[in-house]
Amino acid sequence: MTAATTAPVRDEDDDREPASGDPFDQDRLPTPPGATGTLLRSLLAPLRGRVAVTALLLLLQQAAVQAGPLLVAYAIDRAVPAFRGDDNGPLIAVAVGYLLCATAAGALQYAFVGASARVSQDVLLDLRGRIFRHAQELSVDFHERYTSGRLISRSTTDVESLRELLEEGLQELVMVVLSAVYISVLLLWLDLGLGAGAVASFVPLYLLVRSYRRRAGRVYRKRSTAIAAVIVKFVETMNGIRPVRAFRREAVNDADFAVLNRRHERTNGDALLEMARYVVGSRITANTTVALVVLWGAYRVADGSLELGVLAAAVLYLRRLYDPIDRLGMFLNSAQSAAASLEKIAGLLAQTPSVPEPSAPRELPGRRAGLPGRDVVFDDVRFAYRSGGEVLPRFDLTLPAGQTVAVVGSTGAGKSTLAKLLARFYDPSDGRVLLDGVDLRELTGGDLRREVVMVTQEAFLFSGTVAENIAIGRPDATREEIEQAAKEIGAHDFIAALPDGYDTDVRKRGGRISAGQRQLVAFARALLADPAVLILDEATSSLDIPGERAVQRAMATVLKGRTAVVIAHRLSTVEIADRVLVMEHGRIVEDGSPAELVDRTGRFADLHRAWRDSLA
Amino acid sequence: MPTTPSPPESRSAVRSLLRLWPYVRPVRARLSTAAFIAIVASCIGLVIPLVLKWMVDGPIADRDPAGVWLGALYLLLLGLAEAALFGFRRWLVARPLSHVEAEMRADLYRHLQRLPVAFHDRWPSGQLLSRATTDLMLLRMFLAFPLTFLLVNGVTILVGVIIMLIQDWTLGLVILVPAVPVLITCVVFEKRYSGAARRAQDQVGDLTTVVEESVLGIRIIKGFGRHRSQARAFRELSGKLRGTELHKARLLATILGVIVTLPELAIGAALVLGAVQVADGSLSAGTLVAFLSTALALRWPVDSIGFLLAMSQEAATATERYFEVMDAQPESGPADAAAPRGAERRTGPPAGAGSTEGLRFENVSFRYPDAPEGSTPVLRRIDLHIRPGESLALVGATGSGKTTLTALVPRLHEVTEGRITLGGTDIAEMSREELRSRVAVAFEEPTLFSASVGENVLMGGGAGEEDLGRALAVAQADFAHALPRGVDTQVGEQGLSLSGGQRQRLALARAVVGRPDFLVLDDPLSALDVHTEAAVEAALRRVLADTTALIVAHRPSTVLLADRVALLSGGRITAVGTHHELLRTSPEYAHLMSGAPAGEEEDQR
Repeated sequence: MTAATTAPVRDEDDDREPASGDPFDQDRLPTPPGATGTLLRSLLAPLRGRVAVTALLLLLQQAAVQAGPLLVAYAIDRAVPAFRGDDNGPLIAVAVGYLLCATAAGALQYAFVGASARVSQDVLLDLRGRIFRHAQELSVDFHERYTSGRLISRSTTDVESLRELLEEGLQELVMVVLSAVYISVLLLWLDLGLGAGAVASFVPLYLLVRSYRRRAGRVYRKRSTAIAAVIVKFVETMNGIRPVRAFRREAVNDADFAVLNRRHERTNGDALLEMARYVVGSRITANTTVALVVLWGAYRVADGSLELGVLAAAVLYLRRLYDPIDRLGMFLNSAQSAAASLEKIAGLLAQTPSVPEPSAPRELPGRRAGLPGRDVVFDDVRFAYRSGGEVLPRFDLTLPAGQTVAVVGSTGAGKSTLAKLLARFYDPSDGRVLLDGVDLRELTGGDLRREVVMVTQEAFLFSGTVAENIAIGRPDATREEIEQAAKEIGAHDFIAALPDGYDTDVRKRGGRISAGQRQLVAFARALLADPAVLILDEATSSLDIPGERAVQRAMATVLKGRTAVVIAHRLSTVEIADRVLVMEHGRIVEDGSPAELVDRTGRFADLHRAWRDSLA
Repeated sequence: MPTTPSPPESRSAVRSLLRLWPYVRPVRARLSTAAFIAIVASCIGLVIPLVLKWMVDGPIADRDPAGVWLGALYLLLLGLAEAALFGFRRWLVARPLSHVEAEMRADLYRHLQRLPVAFHDRWPSGQLLSRATTDLMLLRMFLAFPLTFLLVNGVTILVGVIIMLIQDWTLGLVILVPAVPVLITCVVFEKRYSGAARRAQDQVGDLTTVVEESVLGIRIIKGFGRHRSQARAFRELSGKLRGTELHKARLLATILGVIVTLPELAIGAALVLGAVQVADGSLSAGTLVAFLSTALALRWPVDSIGFLLAMSQEAATATERYFEVMDAQPESGPADAAAPRGAERRTGPPAGAGSTEGLRFENVSFRYPDAPEGSTPVLRRIDLHIRPGESLALVGATGSGKTTLTALVPRLHEVTEGRITLGGTDIAEMSREELRSRVAVAFEEPTLFSASVGENVLMGGGAGEEDLGRALAVAQADFAHALPRGVDTQVGEQGLSLSGGQRQRLALARAVVGRPDFLVLDDPLSALDVHTEAAVEAALRRVLADTTALIVAHRPSTVLLADRVALLSGGRITAVGTHHELLRTSPEYAHLMSGAPAGEEEDQR
């Protein structure tokens, strides 16, 4: 969350600044050249063996299928005369051959569908996993820029279009190419001239395909942007359904949605029309070639340089050659949209986490006996957004192990940024944040998260049971430990009162949990995680005072000796602190124990007086 | 892990697909024209070999150059016609089918916006989203291909079979033999396939939900370093989806295997039988060739039936999933809601003349509509009266039902018993439109939409610069003027992200901008720092002076905004009075406000 009040600056605006004022032009993350191809190769590489087997199955299957006409020719030219001569051997051979071919074609088809499904499903599994893991690894500031709707559409609709390509398109392509090669060879073998004529028609077809690819590529990219816009609007509405209702936004939303929806409709139609244009073009080329070959062949038959039967066969094969042309179009269709999607996915995957894992991680020293907290040092730290907006000017700060530090100050004073630096959601622009003397950047993610836990104001619950939600703090925790954590934080009573207690699904019947209760669950989570350093970023804002007190008691007992940073608006929270930092415009302006600060005449004393008055 | 909210009803694929008719109706003319054109084009495809045969037997054999030119010209014309017709078919349906998809999506969106809030509580938005995207794309593809081509291929096969029967009826019958087993296989496996298809689609929905949650809950996942376990959950689900997809593939492989093998065997049998007949002299070689080439020409139409049926099946489940949501009842109109409760209303306490002004809860009980029968209601027999111009703070322990109570006023939920009156009128008798225009709400979770700051605030009513400026001033949200483009700065999903406190102040500005008669504020200052809070309170006090307001409060400072306080405890109102009265008389209230243990307070007295 951007904390600056006056001019919250978004970092790295350059690639997102809406040039045309159209927010969806921001959708493009720069995809490094060649990234799409590299991604595709790296997806297929581990499956090389199975891809080869699948291709072989298809090769054999096509051979079995294309053997039919040859057997027909053999039956008519050889078996019939032989049968007339009382030799039924060739005819039996035809019968057996056809039986074998038919069975083989069917069995190979069966095997091929299974094998190719395994390949494509493995690719999809791999890709889905990669997008998911990568999105999880990208830093919080990325997520703040790249909205959830876009991320969701990357891993849903974009993966879906790749699925279509893999399941239908790719198989089509190989089949089309195989039969084209097979038939071309056959035609050339039948008659070199006619065959060459047929092969020559590949040139205009190729040009046609190329121009279609280019035109359709544009349209498909637009379409994929348009559907992402539809998704963003859809998700936003459904997640904000209460305010939508309360402010009677339904009609306005309908109208807004209609604009986005119509844009998708238009680009969708454009894509289909491109396809229609291609089909007409390719059919005209194919049918014209047939007519020309027939004309030329007929003349050659007339001057005796070509046999009648050969011409007939050539023409029949020619028609079969062009038959799958529409299907080639279908393939191009899904290839186009898959390429557009893959490009976007590659763009996402090419984003490097701005908070990277260390290449040579360091170990933290063991926790001291009796003092489970750790020292935190901000060493000459400065933080600014990359676009230049400085949030925290250079400062030094030492939080000794076991100290509970409250940070107060007005919105935008930089409190949350301080917390995010400590939780390593961001890295400082200059300087270092040290945990027991170790730079946070040198800790592995696993180590860091075991030691430093942050509880924020937004207490999001994942689908699943209440117990599962608490166990996010420590997945291997037993039920007793989970309940113990809930009891200590004061959440046990309300959880026990839910229809299925700890096993209540938070998205199911009766599982409604209020904002305050969600914050309690978030605390139980943190308690269970048992960190050395606990950061509470306005984490008690929705709790009532007794709830807040219960949390404070739990912190005083269960988390005794931990280092704690508490960001709070409420001065009630501050009372338990050993030390208070007052921040203003990114600077720490007051620092001392609560009692000291109250006695002084600074801002804290003013705040404290006002708060006291409100209790009277 | 998420599961589909409601079990699929079993319905035949055709019956499911028939429900698409209202959407297809407007484009039926184009769609059927396109199908007709496709049939004509296919038939032209069948005529072309006949022209070739005519040329071979006629002009070429007779060495007649003029005839050759004529034949080639015929071929060219037929070819061009075929190409044009296929293109024309696509041109005809391209826009209309995109339109059908868009219409269905718009209807879904419109419907979802009007479904009760309880419905949204129950359905993960991932499941809704997958219906609005993947399922609708499947439906468009169904209308574009399987629907047309099942017909076109059916006709082509029929014509082909007739041609074959005319050429030689015994061989024709041989070719027809596999039709029955192929049909049986199709029917049996399509049924299983449809089950698998439905499972796969639901699993895609679940996967979408996990993706969505992992994005929305990113701070928690990162904060606890749980991306691995999250990734494991994702892997598990996507592994399950892979399993289902492979199961689908095996079923499809069986169907395709049968569809490829049996007709091919029949062609083989026909070839052998035909060859014997040719040898006997009872059949000409030319006829056999013509017969077999027709049979071979029918290969694609027959082969394709497998995947066309599979696509239709998926379209059928997509239709079911779509209508599962469309069949849910939207919020009922005022008349509908009033009817069943008419009798109860009369049993409520009679409203005394002159006291019906303001906001009044009369004997209100509430239980979530999906809660088990007989369970304890969330709110029980609430009687509360907020006089015109008065503001009442609602105080209660975490989870006591405060937010639920506020949701009843703008009818986000319907009261189970009793009634709520606004200026003397039962809210159940007002249209929601009117009710919500009179009641403004600031929610605990301040949601901003993808729009400019100004638009977000003015959603609450009011008009123009002046109202906007005043509302921003009341909510101490003047930071809006300092944003990069001032109040025109885009916020929400598509724009600048603001801090919780900033969003809360904008949400508050939105609630007060329209000078509503009734104001409902759910813990409106929770995310504000003490300074800002004091400033907002000062400004808000002026607004509240002449507004009837219900304010959920956790803090004494917020409570002090209100004229009186009501204490909600265990779903009931247990005390009403001023802040200072309640501090004295109610130990529970004192406990909530000061944090001192309730017992202690009692001892002190």
